[in-house]
Amino acid sequence: MRLELRGVRKGYGGVEVLHGVDLTAEGGQVLAIAGANGAGKSTLIKVLAGAAPLDGGTILLDGEPLTLRGPEDAQALGFRTVYQELSLVPQMTVTENVLLGALPTKRGLVDWPAAHARVRALLEEIGFADIDPRARAGKLSVARQQMVEIAKALAVEPRMLVLDEPSAVLAGTDLDRLFDLIRRLRERGVAILYVSHRLAEVMEISDRITVIKDGRVVDTLTPALTSEDEIIALMAGRRLEQIYPDRVPESGKPLLSVRGLSRDGAFDDVSFDLAAGEIVGMFGLVGSGRSEVARCLFGADRQTSGTVELDGAVTRFRTPGDAIGAGIALVTEDRKHSGLVLGMDITDNTTFATMPRISHAGLLNTRRRAANVQDMIERLGINPPRPEMPVRHLSGGNQQKVVLAKWLLTRPRVLILDEPTRGVDMATRVDIYRMIDELTREGVAILLISSDLAEVLGATDRVLVMRGGRLVAEVGSADTTEDEVLAHSVGVAA
Amino acid sequence: MTGQQTSTVRDTDSGKAPEATAPASARWRAAVPPPTILVLIGVAIAIVVVAGITNDSFLTEGNMTNLLRQMVTTGLLALGMLLVILTGGIDLSVGSVVALTGIMSAGLVSGLPLPLAVLMAIVIGVLCGTVNGIMVARFSLAPFVVTLASMTTFRGLTYVYSKTPITPTTPDFLTLGSQNVGPIPIAAIITLLMFALGWVLINRTSAGRALLGIGGNREAVRLAGVKVQRHLVLAYALSGLCAGVAGVILASRVGIAQPSLGQGFELDAIAACVIGGASLSGGRGTIGGTLAGVVLLGLIDNLLSLYDVQSYWQQVLKGLIIAVAILVRRGERQNT
Repeated sequence: MRLELRGVRKGYGGVEVLHGVDLTAEGGQVLAIAGANGAGKSTLIKVLAGAAPLDGGTILLDGEPLTLRGPEDAQALGFRTVYQELSLVPQMTVTENVLLGALPTKRGLVDWPAAHARVRALLEEIGFADIDPRARAGKLSVARQQMVEIAKALAVEPRMLVLDEPSAVLAGTDLDRLFDLIRRLRERGVAILYVSHRLAEVMEISDRITVIKDGRVVDTLTPALTSEDEIIALMAGRRLEQIYPDRVPESGKPLLSVRGLSRDGAFDDVSFDLAAGEIVGMFGLVGSGRSEVARCLFGADRQTSGTVELDGAVTRFRTPGDAIGAGIALVTEDRKHSGLVLGMDITDNTTFATMPRISHAGLLNTRRRAANVQDMIERLGINPPRPEMPVRHLSGGNQQKVVLAKWLLTRPRVLILDEPTRGVDMATRVDIYRMIDELTREGVAILLISSDLAEVLGATDRVLVMRGGRLVAEVGSADTTEDEVLAHSVGVAA
Repeated sequence: MTGQQTSTVRDTDSGKAPEATAPASARWRAAVPPPTILVLIGVAIAIVVVAGITNDSFLTEGNMTNLLRQMVTTGLLALGMLLVILTGGIDLSVGSVVALTGIMSAGLVSGLPLPLAVLMAIVIGVLCGTVNGIMVARFSLAPFVVTLASMTTFRGLTYVYSKTPITPTTPDFLTLGSQNVGPIPIAAIITLLMFALGWVLINRTSAGRALLGIGGNREAVRLAGVKVQRHLVLAYALSGLCAGVAGVILASRVGIAQPSLGQGFELDAIAACVIGGASLSGGRGTIGGTLAGVVLLGLIDNLLSLYDVQSYWQQVLKGLIIAVAILVRRGERQNT
């Protein structure tokens, strides 16, 4: 099988995203697609899934022109797509989700034993036999849900499989198992499109790498003949000298002191200090209680015991509003679920946390609001720079910038960032690290929660490691290794 | 997983077109149909022109005044309903609140000074809405169920207050609903003023933006420090306020307050919002669109009466027209 895109054009909401993309995917090959945020990766995926009709250009399948009128057409051809956002029905079982609309029947009734058996076999095939087909999808971890999505895509033998940021929620052995699966599919002659920001993975798994920038293909490379630096340079259109800013750790007086903080069922007896101008990383596997600590510090959840001192005074935030008032900001890990109102525009999303400050007797000072938003658009380079644009139309990296803008406007003294670079491309990451570094020069204390080891060591001064709801280690970022931090987080001696 | 089904917001009120910076945007504009409100205004104008030509009594001053007066109740209820719908809720109780406040104002006015009687009736409306709001916000109950229950409760209270119709005796009371300034009913002026206030609320106050945000992504605005419960109560209380004003005006216009007043009014109000582009899942809707929806529904009612269409057929036709309006909007949304 050979699928070619020729001069494909596609726009949304007033902006043409793809300006004539040429691309060739072949059966039995893994083609990686790399690009910065806003480069058009998501749109390209939608085009291939038949979810976005073309504005121009052609798609050729084995040399024959092809028209995808909708996702049904793409599915009928064996084109399967696993989107970055999970689309499982949380209340239904794994089996129902995987065989959605195609449950086996016997005499007109669903044949449950056969259905479960079939799904169990599928899960075994993809290397995740430990997922129970009878479990409710919503009860599974995000990583497991992602694998169920992949099982769903493989329920019918695919000819082409598009994976959009599949590793965003996978780590360690899960990722290895995914790569094994990809290699087996490749041997069976499936064409695989692997879309990811994580260049190390891209280099490892792909046969060819197509780099897109601003809706155009910049180059197609072979992993053996290129380097991560070269790809980054192509994606950014400039060479990134340095990913993480140089840091000189200084330990001043603690600004935030957490003592014995606990929340039943989430974390227990967590104590640490955060000084002004300091960047402290927090690492831990999913479920270790990292995000829960952050939510508690921010007043989004109640603590069961323990104290939090801000500037030497004991504080107890009952609502996020209290925390914001005291100068604490939280960039949550899931921007679509808890960070943004997708249907509303950049202006609204940027100012939700500061509305009381820019209104008088309830009336918004719209001029001041517009000025604030304009400042942030320029400072963070939000693209397109159009305040009235619904954030739904923005790329992942730009959406994250809008979330950051919202919190920067609150002028925080303590900024908690929970996975701020998840689903964000390398160029934007570098922008974010630089911005964090600048904030610390103004005396802001940063707590950076991340499951990216390179980031948690590279961007911080010291690192707190959590495991099973407890703080198990504290290490200086410069004096430790990825292996050591990982060992602490899983509980084996390094 | 949330938000995938909800579709794109279109800023129908501002009418801001994207700046033509690239040829792409010009192409986009050509491909997208005009916003809801322009479609609605176009349809309304077409109806007026056709009706004016085919029916002699349509464009008379008497009929126009009458038309405006008829729109008042639906308009006020739709205004309050919009605020609730923006949060992702619904208020089924407004018809019953119209009855309760209507009959109470008619009853109270015989014993109390007129302004006090009117004010009390409106306060009753606000209280009804506040109860709804507290049930929804504080106890996290589904708005549909809460207001379904209170719809029955408020209707029951109306009958408890008076099983028989009340005829207000104070002549001044009738002024509110029946007097005109020139050809324009006072009630219509009040309604338009309230729509103007509604526009300011939604577009120019932090509370209004919060209502939209709550409907769009409740958790995100909660974490941004917005007091979600307080704003939900506000939305329902304002819906009660609008229903209270509508009840008083209706009792005053009809000149006799029946305990069965206002049955089914909530449906017209919801229909007006939906025709005007509001999404029942919250986070989307505009004052202009809602007003246009009210005008369109009013025109349809008025014309069907003028053409002597049997009242049962009127219902059938109205239902079909609403269905078509929603279908048209659906097609338009898919294009964005």
